[in-house]
Amino acid sequence: MTDKIEFCKGGGCTAKLGAGVLSRILEKLPKAPYDKNLLVGYDSRDDAAVYKISEDIAFVQTLDFFPPMVDDPYTFGKIAAANALSDIYAMGGQVKTALNIVCFPENMDMNILGEIMRGGSEKVTEAGGILAGGHSIADSDVKYGLSVTGIVQPSKIYKNNGGQSGDVLVLTKKLGVGIVCTANRVGEASEEAMAEAIESMTTLNKYAAEICRKYNVHACTDVTGFGLLGHLHEMLDNRLSCYVYAHNIPYISEARAHADEFLLTAAGQRNRNFVGDNVYFENTSFAMEEILFDPQTSGGLLIALPENEAEKMVKEMIDKNMPARIIGRLTDKKDIEILVKGE
Amino acid sequence: MIKVNAMGDPCPIPVVKTKNAIKELKGGGQVETLVDNEIAVQNLTKMANQKGYGVASEKISEGSYKVVMTIGEAVAEEKTEEVCIPDSRGNKLIVISSSYMGTGDDELGAALMKAFIFALTQQEELPSTIIFYNGGAKLTCEDSAALEDIKSLEAQGVEIMTCGTCLNHYGLSDKLKVGSVTNMYAIAEKMLGASLIIKP
Repeated sequence: MTDKIEFCKGGGCTAKLGAGVLSRILEKLPKAPYDKNLLVGYDSRDDAAVYKISEDIAFVQTLDFFPPMVDDPYTFGKIAAANALSDIYAMGGQVKTALNIVCFPENMDMNILGEIMRGGSEKVTEAGGILAGGHSIADSDVKYGLSVTGIVQPSKIYKNNGGQSGDVLVLTKKLGVGIVCTANRVGEASEEAMAEAIESMTTLNKYAAEICRKYNVHACTDVTGFGLLGHLHEMLDNRLSCYVYAHNIPYISEARAHADEFLLTAAGQRNRNFVGDNVYFENTSFAMEEILFDPQTSGGLLIALPENEAEKMVKEMIDKNMPARIIGRLTDKKDIEILVKGE
Repeated sequence: MIKVNAMGDPCPIPVVKTKNAIKELKGGGQVETLVDNEIAVQNLTKMANQKGYGVASEKISEGSYKVVMTIGEAVAEEKTEEVCIPDSRGNKLIVISSSYMGTGDDELGAALMKAFIFALTQQEELPSTIIFYNGGAKLTCEDSAALEDIKSLEAQGVEIMTCGTCLNHYGLSDKLKVGSVTNMYAIAEKMLGASLIIKP
């Protein structure tokens, strides 16, 4: 395959609209009529919608798609699928069915699309789901993703705002994939760093979620376009504050050098604009600030749970080769919402 | 002045083009970059601020912005500016060099140290940082009687640091239960930067 995928304005979750713009629009939408079976809707800013169909079963529904952030179509398919499937895991659910969402230029080599969909379908199978169909639209740029339906026991839903003061925060994947992909776009990323980013982005959050189920998880979300601090801000829900321990943050080490060279995304700056006023950095380097604002594609789970359980959970994850770390602690609401303690 | 046209370029291309232009200056001078969105202006400004360049930006028209960076001769040689912002906590540093408070009877010393740390948790004005070294390193580890109080201090925003060499020495490297591991470089830097050092 000789054609490389045409890049648009930065792929993956860096292509998302900013959280600031989005909240203003969402607030103005008319409220849907109340339905007691809608357990999680968009007014909670959660990862997916959850609708109860019986006392034991609720279905979890989500979709996500975006432009490519890597040159190889098969790899892009895997990343886009892993990213879309992740929202089901962030809610504590199991994947059941998935549908392809495709935007593709009519005059481009259809084999490229075949490769993208092969990557996607492999990830759906790995997730234990069935790829059951899809829709494709002729468009000027390539975009791909999935609509996914899963199930969850209503009593075991992980909301992203269920954290309690005293809980610690666990992050299950390294940060910095947005910065590394951006550096790669201008030819600055090393092959090793790009391979590490791809490995991370194609890894399903399924495995971390399976370990989570054994513990008393209070809140969970996946870290994607809004960066760690953006998603953390939503988790705090205007009723909690937290410390972030910068020295414990797992990140792709090369991302630091690229951040120091200002190879930064527009989305990272939008995240800073959106949530920066709520954050105080204590002895934190510029590069680490950028890593904390960096938009992630198919990022890890961010989990709040009691400290004694978190230590066991992280150990179990590390034994399975996940770069999981305890990265912070929730507290009662304070003047400073997010205090980042230096490296 | 070198002019850079980065209209229609997604981030980080405007930054990359501007950096190349700054290299071409070979010393001091000005670089003017044209971009089509405000986020690109912010990313360029962020770079200028980090590098200590002078920077001014203006909106020329809808979808058209100009960012002018002024690079001084010295600045072009990678000069960084030190800015001191006084901390609201007055940057008080407590160093705990032993698990005992005072000399005489060690049983009494241990009880005093526990009481001192508890008393700290009750203070209105807290230190910005507490550093534990030598015998003090035992206090932040498993089985320390003061552990809960130190955690409470950390939860109140006090930075807790323990000397890594000391943890190694006492075989406690995997027993640290609160705060972070630090090194002598950071300890020296913290001490020099403190407005007041308290050693119980």
